[in-house]
Amino acid sequence: MSAQKKKALQVATLENGTAIDHIPPEHLFKVAFLLELEKLDTNTITIGNNFQSKKMGRKGVIKIADKFFKEDELNRIALIAPNVILNEIRDFEVVRKCPVSLPDELKGLVKCNNPRCITNNEPMPTHFTVIDKEKGTLRCRYCERKINKEDIIIK
Amino acid sequence: MKSKSLVSIDQCTKEDILRILDNAARFEANPNRVLLEGKVAATLFFEPSTRTRLSFETAVNRLGGRVVGFQDASTTSSSKGETLKDTILMVSNYADLIIMRHYLEGAARYASEVTGIPVINAGDGANQHPSQTLLDLYTIRQTQNRLHDLQITIVGDLKYGRTVHSLIVGMSHFNPSFHFVAPEELRMPDEQKHFCDKQGIPYVEHTDFTEEIINHSDILYMTRVQRERFTDLEEYERVKNVYILRKDMLSQSKANLRILHPLPRVNEIAYDVDDSPKAYFIQQARNGLFVRQAILCDVLGINHLI
Repeated sequence: MSAQKKKALQVATLENGTAIDHIPPEHLFKVAFLLELEKLDTNTITIGNNFQSKKMGRKGVIKIADKFFKEDELNRIALIAPNVILNEIRDFEVVRKCPVSLPDELKGLVKCNNPRCITNNEPMPTHFTVIDKEKGTLRCRYCERKINKEDIIIK
Repeated sequence: MKSKSLVSIDQCTKEDILRILDNAARFEANPNRVLLEGKVAATLFFEPSTRTRLSFETAVNRLGGRVVGFQDASTTSSSKGETLKDTILMVSNYADLIIMRHYLEGAARYASEVTGIPVINAGDGANQHPSQTLLDLYTIRQTQNRLHDLQITIVGDLKYGRTVHSLIVGMSHFNPSFHFVAPEELRMPDEQKHFCDKQGIPYVEHTDFTEEIINHSDILYMTRVQRERFTDLEEYERVKNVYILRKDMLSQSKANLRILHPLPRVNEIAYDVDDSPKAYFIQQARNGLFVRQAILCDVLGINHLI
């Protein structure tokens, strides 16, 4: 990449950091919320929405300079936007491209929808087994209630 | 789990089920055995359930063990706001095992995770009640001399009835065929039907409770249709008498047919059925004692002494 081009792309190009691509536009701000971007007060953050995408028509993009996420932070995204791609960028190069995917187990992230579940009545973390990664269906380890993707409430 | 607990029928393999039933048969032959001498069982009943509690406490007593506990959470510190975890850890200091009934779903699994002693789930809300399922299986085997290849008809509240859902899971190891008889509002949920489909278990759903269905059955498992389950009370009035078993409906039934019910019954089995040799729900409840004796020995790891 020439120095001139680099300058022209400055707003969107990262030297080091994370670029989150292919976010469904309707979930963009929820992803930003789940990643707690408002707590990052020194990182440069670019948020763009409704970009044209060959894959999905329109998409949202978030770029965060000098920030690399931990696995459980990424798991949160998979709950609402399972097809998102994460690009880890170091020295202007994408060094790692990883699709987020639901883990087998989710601890402490999701609220159980059953008011009579022990997890809603006792100071304890929730624990769900992901029973269908494609559909995003979860089952509470305790009350055994199934939760469909559209009914998931994030704690 | 740190120790061997019985939380859900789903955790039991076919071998687990058969081992417990075989041991229960030994206790039926001789229920008074001193196997729990020096052991203390805590019966923690956060909601009352007289039948289940008496049956477990009798099982401990007949095995020579002792019982501590409570039968109503309003007299305990949980009413002062103590967490379940603290109550369980406190009791774990005193007892060798916990038998627990709780109104919240998942309470028994959580208890089994926080304590190092075995926990037997004696019912957690609408979720699981594995000793009931095991005594149902014991009774089915006792009356049919086998568990395999049986025609089982389940009648009543199939939507909320936890005993019914657990019975399907427990029987799934033994190649059953099911008939599900329920009013529209209380039909078998998709989750249980998908389970049957996945396991290759044939089932037929009916809204009418007819003699024809009874005549094909080896086991007729009746459950209570509760008024409070209905959103539409007119619908309840319409169906409440449709799912009542009367003696005259049994005239063409198979000789080996037996009628089971998890009890308490209200009016879903007419009292004239009690005289029929096919009525078996009182003996079924009696089997609860032997099955619970077997469960106690199983979680304590003392099967070899039986």
